[in-house]
Amino acid sequence: MLRRTALHILPFGAVWISVLVFAVGAHAEIGIDRDFSGRVNVESRWFPKAGAFSGQGAHAIGFVVVPKLYLEDAKGRSFTLSTFFRYDNADPRRTHADLREAYFLIFGEIGDGEWELRVGIDQVFWGVTESQHLVDVVNQIDLVEHPNGVSKLGQPMVNITWSSDWGVVEFFVLPYHRVRTFPGQSGRLRLPLVVEDEQVEYESEAHLDFAARYNQNLGAFDVGLSVFNGTSREPFLMPGADHSGAPVLVQHYDQIRQFGLDAQLTVGSWLFKFEAIQRAGARNLLGMEEDYVASVFGGEYTFYSVFGSAVDLSLLGEWNYDGRGRNATPSRSPNTLENDFFFATRLAFNDVQSTEIVASILGDAGRSTRALSVELDRRISDQLSLDIEAIHLLSIDKADIHYDTRRDSFVDLRLIYNF
Amino acid sequence: MIPVRPIHLLFALFSIISFCLGVSVSVRSETAEETGLKIAQDSQDREKGFGNFTAQQTMVLRNKHGQESQRQLRVKVLEVSEDGDKSLFVFDQPRDVKGTALLIHAHRESADDQWLYLPALKRVKRISSSNQSGSFMGSEFAYEDLTPQAVEKFTYRYLRDEAYGDLTCTVTERLPVDKKSGYSRQVVWRDKDELRVWKVEYYDRKDAHLKTLTLENYAQYLERYWRAGQMTMVNHLTRKSTVLTWTDFEFQIDLNDRDFTQTGLKRVR
Repeated sequence: MLRRTALHILPFGAVWISVLVFAVGAHAEIGIDRDFSGRVNVESRWFPKAGAFSGQGAHAIGFVVVPKLYLEDAKGRSFTLSTFFRYDNADPRRTHADLREAYFLIFGEIGDGEWELRVGIDQVFWGVTESQHLVDVVNQIDLVEHPNGVSKLGQPMVNITWSSDWGVVEFFVLPYHRVRTFPGQSGRLRLPLVVEDEQVEYESEAHLDFAARYNQNLGAFDVGLSVFNGTSREPFLMPGADHSGAPVLVQHYDQIRQFGLDAQLTVGSWLFKFEAIQRAGARNLLGMEEDYVASVFGGEYTFYSVFGSAVDLSLLGEWNYDGRGRNATPSRSPNTLENDFFFATRLAFNDVQSTEIVASILGDAGRSTRALSVELDRRISDQLSLDIEAIHLLSIDKADIHYDTRRDSFVDLRLIYNF
Repeated sequence: MIPVRPIHLLFALFSIISFCLGVSVSVRSETAEETGLKIAQDSQDREKGFGNFTAQQTMVLRNKHGQESQRQLRVKVLEVSEDGDKSLFVFDQPRDVKGTALLIHAHRESADDQWLYLPALKRVKRISSSNQSGSFMGSEFAYEDLTPQAVEKFTYRYLRDEAYGDLTCTVTERLPVDKKSGYSRQVVWRDKDELRVWKVEYYDRKDAHLKTLTLENYAQYLERYWRAGQMTMVNHLTRKSTVLTWTDFEFQIDLNDRDFTQTGLKRVR
C-alpha cells in the first residue's frame, strides 16, 4: 500500500519541483505571470449496508490533493499544470494519481477569426445534457472517483481550434490511450469479479486516435457536430484470469467510429437539450459487435426568486435511449441507460454561502432499477466548503449487470479547502 | 476635461436667459417623458466610443449583524456598436469559484446571451438570461443592477431638479420594460454637468422602497468617461449591504471580439 502510494506521488513530486523551480526563476528573469491554486479535500464515504462480497468495508476515509499552476508570458502564451492525487484507506485501487492537465496553449489571429493550439495533457467537455454525457468521448473516465463517471483522466493531445463567424472547428490528435479505473477487491460499487488493471486487451495496438467537433451559436440555438475515430474509451469486460489464475474481468477496447450531435435551445427560463450518437465497431453486452444509435433529450425550467425569496428552483427531466435495448452496455452505474428517465430538482439559495441542493432520480422505465441522489453544497468560509452527497440505490433489477452493487448505497462527506 | 464648444456656450447662455425670464425651456418644450428619455439618451451617447476596458471588482457583503464576506472578480467589457456590450466576469474570490467565468452578450432589442464556464469540468454552459432579478453572488446587487442597461430597456419620466451635495441633479424615474425585472421603478439622480449617476432608489414589484445605491469616488478616464470607484447598495428590507469597489481601470487596451467568445471563455484562468 505504502509502496503503491509512493509510486504515485514520486513522479509528480519531481514534476512539481522542476516546474516550480522554473516558475520562480522565470518570474524573476523574463516576467512570467504565475498563479498557484488548488484544493485539498478530506473525505468520508460511508456505506450503511454491508457489502455483497467479503473484504468490502463499510467506511472509507481519505483525502484528495489537486494543486494547479498557471504560467503566462507577456504574449499570452501559457502553460497549465494540474495534478490529482487521492488516498483512500479502504481500496488501494482508489488510491491513485493522475496528471489532469499539463499543456501549452498558444493562440492568435487568422483572417477575421482566431486559431488556438493546445499541446499536452488536457480535459475536454462536449455536450449539454445532465443525466449522461453521450457525445463526450475525448477523455477516459476516472470511474473509481464516482460511479456517475463525471471525473476524467488527463488525455495527451494536440488540439487545434479555428473559430470565426461561421462557427468553431476543433481537431484532436490523441496519441495515447488511457485505461479506465475500476474499484479493487476491497472496494465497493464493484462487479462480482474485479476488473484487472494490469492486463488490457486492444483490438488494435495502434492508438493514434482522432476527434473533431464543429459548433455554432445561432441566437438562442447552440449546436455541435462531432466525430471520433479510434480506440473506444468504454471497455468491454471479458472474463479472464489474473497471473495467479484467479478469475477476473479483463478490459477489452475496440476500435470505434462515433458521430455525435448535441444541441440546446435557450428560450426564456427554458433550456431544451438533445444529444445523440451513432457508434460503430463496439461490442454490446453479449460481446457481439453491434452498431447503434443512442440519445438523450430533455429540458430544464427555472423558477427564479420563488415566492418572492432569493431561491431559484429548477426542474429537470431527461429521457435516455439506446437502440441496443437490453443488450446495451451499462453507461452510468447502476443504470444501463437504454430506456431510462431522469428527473431532478435544484434549489439554489443564492445566499452568501451559495447553498445549493440537488435531488435526482435515475430509473429504468422497463426494469425496477432506481437510483436516488441528494447533494448539498455550501460554502463555510472564503476558503472552506462542504459537500454532502447521498446516493440511495432504491432497487436494482436482478437482470441488471450492477445487481451486485445493490447494497452499495452511500453517503459522501467532503470538506474542501480551496487555496 | 470636455472641450468647450461655442455651441455649448450658446446653449448655456440661452439657458441662463430662459432661467432669468422664469421660463424653463425643458418643461415648456418637452413633456416629462421626453425630458427623461433625453437625459438617458444623452448619458448613453456620452458613453459611446470607450472601446473596451478592464477593471477589478471587490465586493464586501455585510449582513445585518455586521458579518462580512468578500468577493473578488475581474471584469472585461467590450463596446459593440448598434447593440449591447459584451462583458466577461472572472471570479477570484471566494476560492471555491476561482476561475469560474460568466460571459454576457447584451442585446438592446432581445434577451441577452449568457454562458457560464465551470473550470472543474472544463464545461461551457449556455444559461438562461431570465434571471435578471436574482442576486449576483449572494450580494445585494441583482444581475440587472450590474449589467449595462440600454436606453431601450426602460421608459422614462423626468421628475425634478434637486441639489445633491454641491451638485445639481436631475431626478428621473425609469420603469423597466422587461416583465422579469425585479423592480416596478427606479429613481435616478444624475448631475447636470457630467450626467454621472450618484444615487438610485429601487422599488420592488409591490412598490416598496427595496434598495438604495449610492455612488462615489468618481474618476475620469481618457478625459471623457466617468467611472465610480465605489458603489454601495443598501437593502432596506433585510438591512444587508454590499460595497462594490472598482480599481485598476484600464481603457482601450488590446481586447477584441475574440476575447468574448466561447473559445475565449475556455482560456480564462
